[in-house]
Amino acid sequence: MADIAGHPGAELDGPAEPGRRDFLYLATGAVGVAGVAAVAWPLIDQLNPAADTLALASIEYDISKVALGQEVTIAWRKSPVFIRHRTPAEIAAAKADDHAPMKDPATDASRVKPGHEEWLIVSASCTHLGCVPTFKGGEYHGWMCPCHGSVYDTAARIRKGPAPKNLYLIPYEFLSPTKVKIG
Amino acid sequence: MSEHTSTYQPKSAIERWLDSRLPIVRFGADLMEFPTPRNLNYWYTFGGILAFCLMVQIITGIILAMHYDASGAGAFISVQRSIMRDVNYGWLIRGIHANGASMFFLAVYLHIARGMYYGSYKAPREVLWLLGCVIYVLMMATAFMGYVLPWGQMSFWGAKVITSLLGAFPVIGPPLTTLLWGGFAVDSPTLNRFFSLHYLLPFVIAAVVALHVWALHVPGNNNPTGVNVKSKSDTLPFHPYYTVKDLFAILVFTIVFAVFVFYLPDAMGKVDNNIEANPLVTPAHIVPEWYLLPFYAILRAIPDKLMGVLGLAGALAMLFALPWLDTSKVRSMRYRPTARIFFLVWVASVMALGWCGSQEPDGLVFPGGPGPVLIDYGINTVTWLSRIATTYYFAYFLVIVPVLGLRERTLPLPDSLYTPVLAHPPGIPVGAAAAPETQG
Repeated sequence: MADIAGHPGAELDGPAEPGRRDFLYLATGAVGVAGVAAVAWPLIDQLNPAADTLALASIEYDISKVALGQEVTIAWRKSPVFIRHRTPAEIAAAKADDHAPMKDPATDASRVKPGHEEWLIVSASCTHLGCVPTFKGGEYHGWMCPCHGSVYDTAARIRKGPAPKNLYLIPYEFLSPTKVKIG
Repeated sequence: MSEHTSTYQPKSAIERWLDSRLPIVRFGADLMEFPTPRNLNYWYTFGGILAFCLMVQIITGIILAMHYDASGAGAFISVQRSIMRDVNYGWLIRGIHANGASMFFLAVYLHIARGMYYGSYKAPREVLWLLGCVIYVLMMATAFMGYVLPWGQMSFWGAKVITSLLGAFPVIGPPLTTLLWGGFAVDSPTLNRFFSLHYLLPFVIAAVVALHVWALHVPGNNNPTGVNVKSKSDTLPFHPYYTVKDLFAILVFTIVFAVFVFYLPDAMGKVDNNIEANPLVTPAHIVPEWYLLPFYAILRAIPDKLMGVLGLAGALAMLFALPWLDTSKVRSMRYRPTARIFFLVWVASVMALGWCGSQEPDGLVFPGGPGPVLIDYGINTVTWLSRIATTYYFAYFLVIVPVLGLRERTLPLPDSLYTPVLAHPPGIPVGAAAAPETQG
């Protein structure tokens, strides 16, 4: 605030000592910045999901419809979810690779609910750029993403390609042996 | 606006009255009178062609917006049924708008290549070049959002893939993606905001174009020799010489444009976009529009998600940095035979990237097998060709351009930009037919 000395009228106030006028400048500026921030935030936050989108819908699904060795893709919060009924061979293949080198290491047991290891329920959005991978594609017979060639194994772990993470786990619970609640 | 002095003389009392209040007629007259190098070739007509393209896109776009329904439930039907079938001449207006985007990019790529070849980005035209780069980035954003609006499968998955690029950034990525989507996936709110921005950005482009033209009029045009204008005899008034030349080029351009609109209306589109957006199924083979393919190939060439996104952004940043990377004192590549070869290889590398972007990552470049596997893919695959081309793309800007400018042997520059015109074609003796024009 030393430059106030050059201000018209500064000589009347004597030497450049922070005074009442400096305080007013600073206070006005601070209120102005707060005001701009207060206006900007609603203008930015309106872009975020609206309340109706946020009202986190949970869905129930009857998994008895999914035959052994098959999968279904269902929508949860407008995003696709895989429900895969794994065969014993697929589970064995996934367990056998538990300690193989991986980008995002995880054991097969950590990907499923105890006692329900034949059911693999994960987000169906490729962790690279969000495409839905193709069932049984790729050399691990899990999934292969058609967009940029990411390959997932039968525990939906990333094994090859540009995706950085395994297919994400989503919150779900078994209501009965044949019914799951997602969300 | 420009350095030349105004020659406008108000002819009537009304013009004099207006000229002392708002000299808008003088402004227009000075633009038309602008001294322009007399040796500009047809590569210099793309500026006019681009102005024409922007106008066509804005007019057809405003009309399409009158019939378009920007909602997840109604967008696909309003394009495929209302506009394409029911609205009078809707098919024609959409055909012009959709193909117009491709024509716009075709022209902008030739315009950029011309600037790079003749060294139009060098001092004192750096700001002109930077504004052009800004326009190009705005064009890509506008085109991308426009491509989402028909809400077909390609629209939807293109939007999902490109917006997911932001998710590559640690910490801020995921909340930023949610902010952009307005939900947990690409959905109706995303479509609505893209429509709003797709309507806004062309006017932002028009404003930057005005700055671009302003920045052109301060130093004046570069020219194919890259030699500065030295006297008034090196120039011609913009009107009628270049208005007519530009108009002729625009007419030729509209013939090509019309061939696409009337005979190949879907040549640039993908059939999957005639299927309504389905968030549960990704089409087997998704690719962006042709004009974004080179960048898409760079993204895919790099096996790491964040590095891939940075590579894509870096490819654009190279264009912005070009005026400061080039160390050569000679502007035009006419007099830089070595630089010319490296530049043509760079053009070829961009085209190779474009081709790679349209292919599957494990597709073959040459018939036969994929060849021995190097790291993750066979050496005869699209992935490795795109890696080689990406390396050259960056090496051109970061190594070749700075080093070559210091080390190459250039050809002697002509005394004036007009000398080579008189010597051309070489069969005609200098001073024979053209002599009368040099008397002054």
